[in-house]
Amino acid sequence: MGHGVALAHGDNYINHSKGLKSWLNTLDHKRIGIMYLIAILSFFLVGGIFAMLIRLNLFSPGSTLVSPSKYNQLFTYHGAIMVFMVIIPMIPAAIGNMVLPMMLGAKDVAFPRWNLASFYVYLSGAAIACASLFLNGVDTGWTFYTPYSIRTSTSAVWVLLGAFVMGFSSILTGLNFVVSIHKLRAPGMGWGKMPLFLWALYGTSVIQILATPVLAITLLLAALERIVGIGIFDPALGGDPVLFQHFFWFYSHPAVYIMILPAMGVISEVVPVFSRKPIFGYTAIAMATFGIALVSFVVWGHHMFVSGQSEFANFLFSLITMFVAIPTGVKVFSWLGTMYKGSLHFHAPMLYAIGFIFVFTIGGMTGMFLATLATDVHLTDTYFVVAHFHYVMVGGSLLGFLAGLHYWFPKFSGKMYAETPAMIAAILINVGFNVTFFPQFILGVLGMPRRYADYLPQFTTLNRVSTVGSWIIAAGFLLVLFYLIHALLRGKKASDNPWKALTLEWQSPSPPPHENFLVEPVVTDGPYDYRGAKAGPI
Amino acid sequence: MGSHEVAGEHQVAHHFKSALDEFEACKQAMWIFLVTEVLFFSGLFVAYTVLRVFEPEMVKAAHHFLDWRLGALNTVFLITSSLTMAFAVSASQRGDNKRVVRQLIYTLILACGFCVVKIYEYSHKFHDKLLPGAHFGNTELTANKAGLFFSVYFVMTGIHALHVVIGMGVILWVILRARKNEFSPNYFTPVEITGLYWHFVDLVWIYLFPLLYLVG
Ligand SMILES: [Cu+2]
Repeated sequence: MGHGVALAHGDNYINHSKGLKSWLNTLDHKRIGIMYLIAILSFFLVGGIFAMLIRLNLFSPGSTLVSPSKYNQLFTYHGAIMVFMVIIPMIPAAIGNMVLPMMLGAKDVAFPRWNLASFYVYLSGAAIACASLFLNGVDTGWTFYTPYSIRTSTSAVWVLLGAFVMGFSSILTGLNFVVSIHKLRAPGMGWGKMPLFLWALYGTSVIQILATPVLAITLLLAALERIVGIGIFDPALGGDPVLFQHFFWFYSHPAVYIMILPAMGVISEVVPVFSRKPIFGYTAIAMATFGIALVSFVVWGHHMFVSGQSEFANFLFSLITMFVAIPTGVKVFSWLGTMYKGSLHFHAPMLYAIGFIFVFTIGGMTGMFLATLATDVHLTDTYFVVAHFHYVMVGGSLLGFLAGLHYWFPKFSGKMYAETPAMIAAILINVGFNVTFFPQFILGVLGMPRRYADYLPQFTTLNRVSTVGSWIIAAGFLLVLFYLIHALLRGKKASDNPWKALTLEWQSPSPPPHENFLVEPVVTDGPYDYRGAKAGPI
Repeated sequence: MGSHEVAGEHQVAHHFKSALDEFEACKQAMWIFLVTEVLFFSGLFVAYTVLRVFEPEMVKAAHHFLDWRLGALNTVFLITSSLTMAFAVSASQRGDNKRVVRQLIYTLILACGFCVVKIYEYSHKFHDKLLPGAHFGNTELTANKAGLFFSVYFVMTGIHALHVVIGMGVILWVILRARKNEFSPNYFTPVEITGLYWHFVDLVWIYLFPLLYLVG
């Protein structure tokens, strides 16, 4: 790695230009990705504190910590922040921004200026939404269901408009990625040689492009409903509140895949690298991505089984929802097939990947319970639903994000993190997660409703277990924060390719130079050809 | 970087291999953006359809309070402006910057005509209290829920008008660049993609006009 060592002391994207201004005005996708990462992790901290407060309040029955109306605001902010400000941009806008052009072998994304604009649009949207904190707060839940969101005396308009604005940043990122993938692939990189993370980002971008505009118009109409009283969603004026639910879920169901597809992409990178084996079922995984994207647009009604939509619609949405399990299952078996007879290396990224497969499978399977009409009617708005989507969003997206964060950390920081605390943290987070959310499945089946500040005394034990689990997760995250900062300040220098991976970004020095590569890369082999010498141990 | 290709006055961005690659990327981005626009408006069209299916009598009664002649006049304005825009695009491909400026000024004038008619219509609606939802107060139109029709009318035409105004700003920007002779057969991307956007705005109106002004 001659050039890397020489260059590590020379010019890279971090020291290429100096001063805060050179960061704030940068058009470099890597720096924009870092800025996204810092912003998103800050919001993650805020959303996480809200989560801890929710769990603390539920440690004992009765309004022990906050009043019921404050509790409503707690779960609304927790949900809205985590969904719109953290999980949706987390992998695409932060990790994707850094990795995508390098995986393509390109110097940047197709439209660097729009890329920077998307970051500031995101920050403005987040600022507008957070402004509500200093007004009357918001207590509608992150779903903003009408007519309550029209009537509430809290500052719902600010959060509606904030989410509206953040949607544009999401669209800009998706648009940029699609064009980049089409136009900026390195010579020799046909579609069939594209890393699966890029396929995943492509599928994600398509959903961002197609679904987000519908959310935009929905939120705009809801805001106009509050400001002007247009009445389209307001039964008091002859409008239809269920129409709002249709509009909202037309976006928000596909949005679940905006959250999970990129995480699946990360897993598809990590698993072959740490199994030292070619990926099993490359084409199947790539196509399953689009299968999921496609089906995601025609299943939104499964959120509305008890909304009063017709029996026939219920039946149809229930049936189509089951189809989601097929491409998802294809992916899970492909990852397992890749690990089978591989020489597994249990570094932190791999631990998160295995955690992902385990937890996401439970999340997906319980999704089938909710897709089934008869059981869903029983489980609607109980803690079963809460547990299910946390298994998918936290257990899926967040674990995928952590796998990616650790996997690419050496590349973009140029430093290695300490492996032992990383493994301990991975175990803490995985165990803590299951301790927190598994009891909630049982609570849901027993009939504990979601979004209540209080519960019946017989649910106390399981709620306490769940709250203790949230402390374990928090301990895990604090450990991650500690050793990553330590690595940035005092970490050992990372080599160019510490995991001996084959995708293009690892051919560049760590950290990469301003224009990503010293020599323009040319692709000859596939991204997962771990055979012969290339399959050697890490 | 000595490898930058020079096309006219325009410098190809460093991450594109050629001017053609850059042009195609911009054009593709514009098409994708237009797809997002279609989906943005689709929400409104769905709201309209729901209203029309569930309240056919009301929609029929309410649409008589829109003046179809003004709507038709605006349709003529926009279709003609699409034509002048097409002339501007083909002029830019030949590098005839003078003609680009002239045709785009025609486009702007027609767009202004559209806005004037729209403002006139709106002020009329305000005067007659033909207003959205809660603010509806017209006494001649007695159909139940008529306010919802005007909600849909104002939101749809309002968002469309906003697109017209944004388009006018973009056209102005292209005019300023054409005056500096920036466009040539090698580089006419801004004119081309502004043209795509303008045709889209025109197309939306071609749907809005019959749906709102010419109900059965
Ligand atoms: Cu769903």
